[in-house]
Amino acid sequence: MAAPPRAESLVLLERFVTALKAKGVVTEAEIETQITRTDRASPEIGARMVARAWTDPAYRALLLSNGSAAAEAEGVSMAGMPPLGVLEDTETLHHLVVCTLCSCYPRAVLGYPPHWYKSAAYRARAVRDPRGVLAEWGTVLPAGMEVRVVDSTADYRWMVLPRRPAGTEGWDAQRLAAIVTRDHLVGVALPRTP
Amino acid sequence: MTEPDAPPPATHDLGGALRFRCTPVEPDEAPPDAFGKRVDALRQLLGQKGLMTVDEMRRCIEAIPEAEYHALGYYERWLRAISALMVEKGVLAAEDLGP
Repeated sequence: MAAPPRAESLVLLERFVTALKAKGVVTEAEIETQITRTDRASPEIGARMVARAWTDPAYRALLLSNGSAAAEAEGVSMAGMPPLGVLEDTETLHHLVVCTLCSCYPRAVLGYPPHWYKSAAYRARAVRDPRGVLAEWGTVLPAGMEVRVVDSTADYRWMVLPRRPAGTEGWDAQRLAAIVTRDHLVGVALPRTP
Repeated sequence: MTEPDAPPPATHDLGGALRFRCTPVEPDEAPPDAFGKRVDALRQLLGQKGLMTVDEMRRCIEAIPEAEYHALGYYERWLRAISALMVEKGVLAAEDLGP
Protein backbone atom coordinates (compact mmCIF):
# COMPACT_ATOMS: atom_id res chain seq x y z
CA MET A 1 0.00 0.00 0.00
CA ALA A 2 1.01 3.57 -0.60
CA ALA A 3 1.95 5.07 2.75
CA PRO A 4 -0.54 7.61 4.11
CA PRO A 5 0.60 11.24 3.98
CA ARG A 6 2.61 12.45 6.94
CA ALA A 7 1.05 14.87 9.43
CA GLU A 8 3.25 17.71 8.17
CA SER A 9 1.98 17.15 4.63
CA LEU A 10 -1.62 17.33 5.80
CA VAL A 11 -0.79 20.62 7.53
CA LEU A 12 0.94 21.94 4.42
CA LEU A 13 -2.07 21.03 2.26
CA GLU A 14 -4.43 22.77 4.65
CA ARG A 15 -2.28 25.94 4.70
CA PHE A 16 -1.83 25.85 0.94
CA VAL A 17 -5.55 25.55 0.21
CA THR A 18 -6.44 28.18 2.81
CA ALA A 19 -3.95 30.62 1.28
CA LEU A 20 -5.09 29.94 -2.30
CA LYS A 21 -8.70 30.52 -1.27
CA ALA A 22 -7.82 33.70 0.63
CA LYS A 23 -6.13 35.11 -2.49
CA GLY A 24 -9.13 34.17 -4.61
CA VAL A 25 -7.13 31.66 -6.67
CA VAL A 26 -9.39 28.65 -6.10
CA THR A 27 -12.68 27.90 -4.39
CA GLU A 28 -13.75 24.76 -2.55
CA ALA A 29 -16.43 24.22 -5.20
CA GLU A 30 -13.79 24.21 -7.96
CA ILE A 31 -11.72 21.65 -6.08
CA GLU A 32 -14.73 19.39 -5.54
CA THR A 33 -15.78 19.69 -9.19
CA GLN A 34 -12.27 18.87 -10.36
CA ILE A 35 -12.10 15.78 -8.14
CA THR A 36 -15.49 14.57 -9.42
CA ARG A 37 -14.40 15.10 -13.01
CA THR A 38 -11.09 13.31 -12.51
CA ASP A 39 -12.82 10.40 -10.75
CA ARG A 40 -14.98 9.85 -13.82
CA ALA A 41 -12.09 8.76 -16.07
CA SER A 42 -11.34 5.06 -15.71
CA PRO A 43 -9.80 2.18 -17.66
CA GLU A 44 -13.31 1.35 -18.87
CA ILE A 45 -12.88 4.12 -21.43
CA GLY A 46 -9.68 2.63 -22.80
CA ALA A 47 -11.27 -0.82 -22.75
CA ARG A 48 -14.18 0.49 -24.81
CA MET A 49 -11.75 1.95 -27.35
CA VAL A 50 -9.90 -1.35 -27.64
CA ALA A 51 -13.11 -3.36 -28.04
CA ARG A 52 -14.33 -0.99 -30.71
CA ALA A 53 -11.00 -1.28 -32.54
CA TRP A 54 -11.33 -5.09 -32.42
CA THR A 55 -14.74 -4.93 -34.10
CA ASP A 56 -14.49 -1.87 -36.37
CA PRO A 57 -11.55 -1.68 -38.82
CA ALA A 58 -12.09 2.01 -39.57
CA TYR A 59 -11.96 2.84 -35.86
CA ARG A 60 -8.88 0.66 -35.45
CA ALA A 61 -7.14 2.67 -38.18
CA LEU A 62 -8.12 5.92 -36.47
CA LEU A 63 -6.98 4.64 -33.07
CA LEU A 64 -3.55 3.71 -34.39
CA SER A 65 -3.03 6.86 -36.44
CA ASN A 66 -4.47 9.40 -33.99
CA GLY A 67 -5.26 8.15 -30.50
CA SER A 68 -6.50 11.55 -29.33
CA ALA A 69 -9.06 11.72 -32.16
CA ALA A 70 -10.13 8.14 -31.38
CA ALA A 71 -10.64 9.13 -27.73
CA GLU A 72 -12.70 12.15 -28.79
CA ALA A 73 -14.77 9.80 -30.97
CA GLU A 74 -15.60 7.92 -27.74
CA GLY A 75 -16.79 11.14 -26.13
CA VAL A 76 -13.62 11.93 -24.17
CA SER A 77 -12.47 15.55 -24.15
CA MET A 78 -8.76 15.67 -24.94
CA ALA A 79 -8.58 19.47 -24.81
CA GLY A 80 -5.38 20.55 -23.11
CA MET A 81 -4.15 16.95 -22.88
CA PRO A 82 -0.90 15.77 -24.41
CA PRO A 83 -1.39 13.61 -27.52
CA LEU A 84 -2.33 9.96 -27.04
CA GLY A 85 -0.42 7.35 -29.01
CA VAL A 86 -1.62 3.75 -29.31
CA LEU A 87 0.79 0.82 -29.69
CA GLU A 88 -0.42 -2.16 -31.69
CA ASP A 89 0.54 -5.57 -30.34
CA THR A 90 1.06 -8.25 -33.00
CA GLU A 91 1.82 -11.96 -33.10
CA THR A 92 5.50 -11.16 -32.75
CA LEU A 93 5.58 -7.87 -30.84
CA HIS A 94 4.40 -6.96 -27.35
CA HIS A 95 4.38 -3.43 -25.92
CA LEU A 96 4.90 -2.33 -22.34
CA VAL A 97 4.37 1.28 -21.23
CA VAL A 98 6.30 2.97 -18.41
CA CYS A 99 7.15 6.51 -17.38
CA THR A 100 10.73 6.19 -16.18
CA LEU A 101 10.93 9.83 -15.04
CA CYS A 102 7.72 9.94 -13.02
CA SER A 103 4.15 8.93 -13.82
CA CYS A 104 3.02 10.19 -17.24
CA TYR A 105 -0.08 8.21 -18.13
CA PRO A 106 -3.04 8.65 -20.50
CA ARG A 107 -5.29 9.74 -17.66
CA ALA A 108 -8.15 10.89 -19.89
CA VAL A 109 -8.75 7.31 -21.01
CA LEU A 110 -7.32 5.28 -18.09
CA GLY A 111 -8.00 7.42 -15.02
CA TYR A 112 -5.52 7.86 -12.18
CA PRO A 113 -2.28 5.92 -12.64
CA PRO A 114 -2.08 3.09 -10.09
CA HIS A 115 0.49 3.26 -7.32
CA TRP A 116 2.63 0.53 -8.86
CA TYR A 117 2.98 2.44 -12.13
CA LYS A 118 4.54 5.32 -10.18
CA SER A 119 6.79 3.12 -8.03
CA ALA A 120 10.58 3.25 -8.27
CA ALA A 121 10.72 -0.51 -8.87
CA TYR A 122 8.40 -0.43 -11.88
CA ARG A 123 10.07 2.63 -13.39
CA ALA A 124 13.56 1.18 -12.92
CA ARG A 125 12.85 -2.39 -13.96
CA ALA A 126 10.37 -2.04 -16.82
CA VAL A 127 13.18 -0.99 -19.13
CA ARG A 128 15.93 -3.27 -17.79
CA ASP A 129 13.98 -6.44 -17.13
CA PRO A 130 10.58 -6.16 -18.80
CA ARG A 131 10.03 -9.93 -18.89
CA GLY A 132 10.80 -10.15 -15.18
CA VAL A 133 8.25 -7.44 -14.49
CA LEU A 134 5.66 -9.16 -16.69
CA ALA A 135 6.26 -12.41 -14.81
CA GLU A 136 5.14 -10.69 -11.60
CA TRP A 137 1.74 -10.28 -13.23
CA GLY A 138 1.87 -13.92 -14.30
CA THR A 139 2.42 -12.85 -17.88
CA VAL A 140 4.72 -15.14 -19.83
CA LEU A 141 5.15 -14.25 -23.49
CA PRO A 142 5.65 -16.94 -26.11
CA ALA A 143 9.27 -17.62 -27.06
CA GLY A 144 10.43 -15.37 -29.85
CA MET A 145 8.04 -12.55 -29.10
CA GLU A 146 9.81 -9.22 -29.09
CA VAL A 147 9.09 -6.80 -26.24
CA ARG A 148 9.14 -3.10 -26.94
CA VAL A 149 9.12 -0.84 -23.90
CA VAL A 150 7.79 2.66 -24.55
CA ASP A 151 8.40 5.61 -22.25
CA SER A 152 5.38 7.86 -21.73
CA THR A 153 6.42 11.47 -21.31
CA ALA A 154 4.95 14.80 -20.28
CA ASP A 155 4.47 15.54 -23.97
CA TYR A 156 3.17 12.21 -25.30
CA ARG A 157 1.16 9.49 -23.58
CA TRP A 158 0.88 5.86 -24.66
CA MET A 159 -1.66 3.07 -24.43
CA VAL A 160 -1.46 -0.50 -25.75
CA LEU A 161 -3.87 -2.06 -28.23
CA PRO A 162 -3.56 -5.72 -27.21
CA ARG A 163 -4.44 -8.62 -29.49
CA ARG A 164 -7.97 -9.88 -29.39
CA PRO A 165 -7.90 -13.23 -27.60
CA ALA A 166 -8.90 -16.41 -29.38
CA GLY A 167 -12.34 -17.71 -28.45
CA THR A 168 -14.03 -14.32 -28.71
CA GLU A 169 -15.26 -14.74 -32.27
CA GLY A 170 -18.73 -13.27 -32.69
CA TRP A 171 -18.60 -11.25 -29.45
CA ASP A 172 -19.91 -7.72 -29.67
CA ALA A 173 -17.90 -4.69 -28.53
CA GLN A 174 -19.64 -4.46 -25.17
CA ARG A 175 -18.82 -8.05 -24.27
CA LEU A 176 -15.24 -7.60 -25.48
CA ALA A 177 -14.75 -4.40 -23.47
CA ALA A 178 -15.62 -6.30 -20.30
CA ILE A 179 -12.51 -8.51 -20.61
CA VAL A 180 -10.07 -5.59 -21.10
CA THR A 181 -8.45 -4.17 -17.98
CA ARG A 182 -6.00 -1.44 -17.10
CA ASP A 183 -3.19 -4.02 -16.95
CA HIS A 184 -3.79 -4.90 -20.61
CA LEU A 185 -3.79 -1.24 -21.63
CA VAL A 186 -0.42 -0.68 -19.94
CA GLY A 187 0.91 -3.97 -21.25
CA VAL A 188 1.70 -5.88 -18.04
CA ALA A 189 -0.92 -8.52 -18.85
CA LEU A 190 -2.76 -9.97 -21.84
CA PRO A 191 -6.52 -10.19 -22.25
CA ARG A 192 -7.92 -13.69 -22.15
CA THR A 193 -11.31 -15.30 -22.33
CA PRO A 194 -12.79 -15.86 -18.88
CA MET B 1 23.63 1.80 -21.13
CA THR B 2 25.37 4.62 -19.31
CA GLU B 3 28.90 5.38 -20.42
CA PRO B 4 31.48 4.74 -17.66
CA ASP B 5 32.44 8.42 -17.45
CA ALA B 6 28.92 9.80 -17.74
CA PRO B 7 27.59 11.73 -14.76
CA PRO B 8 25.21 9.73 -12.56
CA PRO B 9 21.57 10.08 -13.60
CA ALA B 10 19.37 12.58 -11.78
CA THR B 11 17.31 11.33 -8.84
CA HIS B 12 14.08 11.02 -10.79
CA ASP B 13 15.72 9.34 -13.80
CA LEU B 14 15.04 5.79 -12.64
CA GLY B 15 14.93 3.93 -15.96
CA GLY B 16 17.17 0.88 -15.57
CA ALA B 17 18.44 1.93 -12.11
CA LEU B 18 20.28 -1.12 -10.80
CA ARG B 19 19.51 -0.58 -7.13
CA PHE B 20 15.88 -1.57 -7.77
CA ARG B 21 16.65 -4.63 -9.83
CA CYS B 22 15.63 -7.05 -7.06
CA THR B 23 12.69 -5.00 -5.78
CA PRO B 24 9.35 -6.53 -6.72
CA VAL B 25 6.67 -4.18 -7.96
CA GLU B 26 4.11 -3.65 -5.21
CA PRO B 27 0.75 -4.67 -6.69
CA ASP B 28 -1.21 -1.76 -5.27
CA GLU B 29 -4.33 -0.94 -7.28
CA ALA B 30 -6.00 1.37 -4.75
CA PRO B 31 -7.12 4.77 -6.05
CA PRO B 32 -5.51 7.84 -4.46
CA ASP B 33 -6.70 8.73 -0.96
CA ALA B 34 -8.52 11.99 -0.20
CA PHE B 35 -5.18 13.79 0.26
CA GLY B 36 -3.93 12.62 -3.13
CA LYS B 37 -7.13 13.51 -4.93
CA ARG B 38 -7.12 16.99 -3.46
CA VAL B 39 -3.50 17.62 -4.43
CA ASP B 40 -4.21 16.23 -7.89
CA ALA B 41 -7.22 18.55 -8.30
CA LEU B 42 -5.19 21.58 -7.19
CA ARG B 43 -2.46 20.71 -9.66
CA GLN B 44 -5.00 20.61 -12.49
CA LEU B 45 -6.74 23.82 -11.41
CA LEU B 46 -3.49 25.79 -11.15
CA GLY B 47 -2.58 24.56 -14.62
CA GLN B 48 -5.97 25.48 -16.07
CA LYS B 49 -5.70 28.95 -14.57
CA GLY B 50 -2.38 29.51 -16.30
CA LEU B 51 -0.45 29.73 -13.02
CA MET B 52 1.74 26.71 -13.66
CA THR B 53 2.89 24.43 -16.46
CA VAL B 54 3.65 20.72 -16.22
CA ASP B 55 7.32 21.45 -16.92
CA GLU B 56 7.53 23.95 -14.07
CA MET B 57 6.00 21.39 -11.76
CA ARG B 58 8.43 18.74 -12.97
CA ARG B 59 11.38 21.02 -12.30
CA CYS B 60 10.22 21.46 -8.71
CA ILE B 61 9.63 17.72 -8.18
CA GLU B 62 12.98 16.87 -9.71
CA ALA B 63 14.71 19.39 -7.45
CA ILE B 64 13.67 17.53 -4.28
CA PRO B 65 16.82 16.11 -2.65
CA GLU B 66 17.23 12.37 -3.22
CA ALA B 67 16.63 11.16 0.34
CA GLU B 68 13.40 13.14 0.58
CA TYR B 69 12.36 12.20 -2.93
CA HIS B 70 12.19 8.55 -1.94
CA ALA B 71 10.83 9.19 1.57
CA LEU B 72 7.92 11.33 0.44
CA GLY B 73 4.80 9.80 -1.03
CA TYR B 74 3.89 10.56 -4.62
CA TYR B 75 1.28 13.23 -3.91
CA GLU B 76 3.44 14.61 -1.08
CA ARG B 77 6.11 15.31 -3.70
CA TRP B 78 3.49 16.99 -5.85
CA LEU B 79 2.30 19.15 -2.98
CA ARG B 80 5.86 20.18 -2.13
CA ALA B 81 6.43 21.10 -5.77
CA ILE B 82 3.28 23.08 -6.47
CA SER B 83 3.30 24.94 -3.16
CA ALA B 84 6.95 25.93 -3.63
CA LEU B 85 6.14 27.02 -7.16
CA MET B 86 3.30 29.29 -6.05
CA VAL B 87 5.69 30.99 -3.61
CA GLU B 88 8.40 31.26 -6.26
CA LYS B 89 5.92 32.94 -8.60
CA GLY B 90 4.67 35.35 -5.96
CA VAL B 91 1.12 33.96 -5.99
CA LEU B 92 1.56 33.15 -2.30
CA ALA B 93 4.00 34.39 0.33
CA ALA B 94 6.34 31.95 2.04
CA GLU B 95 4.67 32.79 5.36
CA ASP B 96 1.33 31.58 3.98
CA LEU B 97 2.67 28.03 4.05
CA GLY B 98 4.10 27.99 7.54
CA PRO B 99 6.24 29.68 10.11
